[in-house]
Amino acid sequence: MGLAKRIIPCLDVDAGRVVKGVKFVDIRDAGDPVEIARRYNREGADELTFLDITASADDRDTMVHVVEAVAAEVFIPLTVGGGIRTVEDVRRMLNAGADKVAINTAAIFNPGFVQEASDTFGNQCIVVAIDAKQVSAPDEPPRWEIFTHGGRRETGIDAIAWAERMQEMGAGELLVTSMDRDGTKQGFDLALMRAITERVSIPVIASGGVGNLDHLAEGILEGGADAVLAASIFHFGEYTIAQAKQHLAAQGIEVRL
Amino acid sequence: MKHVVVVDYGSGNLRSVSKAAEHVAAADTRISVSRRIQDIHDADAIIFPGQGAARSCMHNLIEAGIEKAIRQAALEKPFLGICMGMQVLMDYSEENNGVHCLGILPGEVTPFRFPAHLKLKVPHMGWNQIAQTQAHPLWHGIEDNSRFYFVHSYHVQPADHTLTAGITDYGHSFTAAVAHNNIFAIQAHPEKSGDMGLKLLKNFLNWNGTP
Repeated sequence: MGLAKRIIPCLDVDAGRVVKGVKFVDIRDAGDPVEIARRYNREGADELTFLDITASADDRDTMVHVVEAVAAEVFIPLTVGGGIRTVEDVRRMLNAGADKVAINTAAIFNPGFVQEASDTFGNQCIVVAIDAKQVSAPDEPPRWEIFTHGGRRETGIDAIAWAERMQEMGAGELLVTSMDRDGTKQGFDLALMRAITERVSIPVIASGGVGNLDHLAEGILEGGADAVLAASIFHFGEYTIAQAKQHLAAQGIEVRL
Repeated sequence: MKHVVVVDYGSGNLRSVSKAAEHVAAADTRISVSRRIQDIHDADAIIFPGQGAARSCMHNLIEAGIEKAIRQAALEKPFLGICMGMQVLMDYSEENNGVHCLGILPGEVTPFRFPAHLKLKVPHMGWNQIAQTQAHPLWHGIEDNSRFYFVHSYHVQPADHTLTAGITDYGHSFTAAVAHNNIFAIQAHPEKSGDMGLKLLKNFLNWNGTP
């Protein structure tokens, strides 16, 4: 009895349509955001995350309309990320019906923005997205750094220190994606997840690499995550959210059934 | 025509609350979002949401000039406090180095405090169960221990435990809902709690304000 671990389907949105990139290249179309959101809600998704992967200024209005349309019909928490750079961007998304915004690149170029957004709207709605890649050699102690631009550009920032710093700046939650695993279906980078979940006191969402239901359970049991995020295994009907929940429950993980 | 006002004082996700209420409202019920004193006076029922920190919440309420109107409404018509809209009903919050709140219900708002070895995350974020500690029209049709969506770092401690209508366990048990005459308030977000949350909102819209 207590707080349930969450399963969060992630919808990548490009110009109002849901797509999913394999390692952020080779994009396939998977449909209408409202339809998909409705389906996931029926299946028992605990939250939904939308990532605006175009993030160009022209498409920002499109994303606001997507959030409005979904929030008018689906009454579970919604997180929106991608191109959130100013307090005004945060305000627009929250007013459109988002409950949380995920801040990624803007946090790196201007860490004070996280603090400003958190002070203005409360830390409960500020998620900091951390895209991390292992930079240590296989025979060294593991070390990860932050990458931007879909994993292509290095920043030289240590991922663990960054997670702690973002908590101090007012993040209410962290969304940690392994850029090594994203799109590979080989499972989360559990060492990365554990390194971060052991160091912060805010909830952590594990992301990147889910290929089957055991991976979701590992993220929670071994990675220490409070929530697990996945896209393609749900979008293409390999598994339903309900199956995923039952799988976690069978391993003694508390879920909302 | 029944008119329900979602109070807009610049603190919170009003669109979600009003959309969820509209979703379950009967044909003869109108939901509107307003900060006009006249609308609050004229409303048949009040939904009082809230998000963010206690200090800015109280500040926004006073800036909007609706503190008196809210106090009056809380005395006389069905009144639903949600999240921070529940916390500011109390006397005092420890958040932001201490904030005097509305004092409509006796009690305080305190942060989660638990032994470090429990390693519990704050904010308390996600779906947790509410055990109903008293029968109430707003619980009608909602199974005991149903899960609701929470996101908060502080929780209320009513001075009078008979105010508590529901409790939730997170490290320790805390008051997740209070009820007093025409007031019902809940720490969780019914507008984000799927079918159970919609059920609670529907119960509120159908409620005449007697416990």
